[in-house]
Amino acid sequence: MAVPSFLARERIVARPGFNRWLIPPAALAVHLCIGQAYATSVYKTALVEDFQVSQTAIGIVFSIAIVMLGLSAAVFGTWVDRNGPRAAMFVSAVCWSTGFLVGALGIATQQLWLLYLGYGVIGGIGLGIGYISPVSTLIKWFPDRPGLATGMAIMGFGGGALIASPLSRQLMDLYDPDYDGTAGTVPAGNAVALLFLTLGLVYLVFMLFGATIIRVPAEGWKPDGWDPSSVKQKALVTTESVSAANAIKTPQFWLLWVVLFCNVTAGIGILEQASPMIQDFFRDDEGNSSVALAAATGFVGVLSLFNMAGRFVWSSTSDFLGRKPNYMIYLGVGLLLYIGLATVGSSATWLFVLLAAVIISFYGGGFATVPAYLRDLFGTFQVGAIHGRLLTAWSAAGVAGPLIVNGVLDTQGEPGTLQAGNYRPALFIMVGLLAIGFVANLLVKPVAAKWHEPTSSPGAEGAPIPERSAAR
Amino acid sequence: MSTPMSTQDGQRPTHTPTGLIAFAWTLVGVPLAYGLYQTVKTAFDLFTGG
Repeated sequence: MAVPSFLARERIVARPGFNRWLIPPAALAVHLCIGQAYATSVYKTALVEDFQVSQTAIGIVFSIAIVMLGLSAAVFGTWVDRNGPRAAMFVSAVCWSTGFLVGALGIATQQLWLLYLGYGVIGGIGLGIGYISPVSTLIKWFPDRPGLATGMAIMGFGGGALIASPLSRQLMDLYDPDYDGTAGTVPAGNAVALLFLTLGLVYLVFMLFGATIIRVPAEGWKPDGWDPSSVKQKALVTTESVSAANAIKTPQFWLLWVVLFCNVTAGIGILEQASPMIQDFFRDDEGNSSVALAAATGFVGVLSLFNMAGRFVWSSTSDFLGRKPNYMIYLGVGLLLYIGLATVGSSATWLFVLLAAVIISFYGGGFATVPAYLRDLFGTFQVGAIHGRLLTAWSAAGVAGPLIVNGVLDTQGEPGTLQAGNYRPALFIMVGLLAIGFVANLLVKPVAAKWHEPTSSPGAEGAPIPERSAAR
Repeated sequence: MSTPMSTQDGQRPTHTPTGLIAFAWTLVGVPLAYGLYQTVKTAFDLFTGG
């Protein structure tokens, strides 16, 4: 599929002397917008009441968006690698914005299917393309610090909710005078519709700015003073190239798929339910929660902060510790923290918040570290497309996480009457998932030489000539 | 900090204006700072039962 010349990759190849520190804000301009997906719990109750449907019916909107994220990242990953980040960011901006506008129409006209189509399907495509668009570009601009680079971009995705959560509350307060964010007040559907309209337009402008300033490095570019041969010195890190088509035939890809799926499912279950969850954990037998809605919204923000910080801090740390040890921390320590949340999480608000916050920092770290893990195992050749295919794990987790939590909660009682004990079955399911992910990470070994792309003299050193991928 | 290209021949070098870099970082930094400020403010409510 050809793109207009102003979006083409050839138009954005950086000339000598270009400053690579212009690339992270371009990536952040996109990820800060699409990260709004993590702020859906702020208006979830409003949509449940407005449409008069179950929590699951509204939770599905988020699940559809995440499914479409993974599918579009997998399907368009090679297209993104071929056409470059500007075209991808442009398409992402249009889809993400259109998703909000169609979603707003759905809420205003009480057509739930339009919300599914708009925010879920169209917006989800924007999410997927936008998510992968700057990641491989950043890896190429920062070959000396891939963890830092992917952490910077994917940190923005976590930071998106940190902005969207309070902004959404303030805008709904503006659009609905009866709503003030305190316990017992829920914004009207029209206020949520106007919120969607506003966000759609603002995000369009912001993301197009990112598309305007993004550049790709010229072929063979490397940072001044950086020696590519230093990359080979670490275990599991290759200087070879593996195509996207061949990568999905390796056990390493599927082990990482399981790792990502388990880590994301465990985190997404909390994130998607964050606001009502903290209120339910501290609800007495009379049905009154000691945590007000405004404070619960603050909890969403705290999680967003740790989600964002975890992406940057943990991913940057992986440049020194190594990707595999980092995932052992995310999954192993995360498992213990989840047990703590299920057993003693309701004893004090500060303890609940601390446990959930660290869990979410591991969740964010898992996302941000995985592109660098892929780059270590498969090289930079088609890392964007491989990353896109791996994000189907996120899609599967986007369905599994909310379904586990919402499905368990729907059997436990009505919203507004639930307590901490009602969450325990779902939380122990997450513990089991994290254990599976931990084992999968332990099994990751270097990719076999037969999957490496041929060099200029294929088979020169007696290595078998691999099946070269047709995917470019 | 400028990061010069090291391997390209026959191309006119460019200079990325410092103002553009500062503007781009400000544009993403201001919303992030807003989010951080709001988060700390609401988090305070969380621990005081507000």
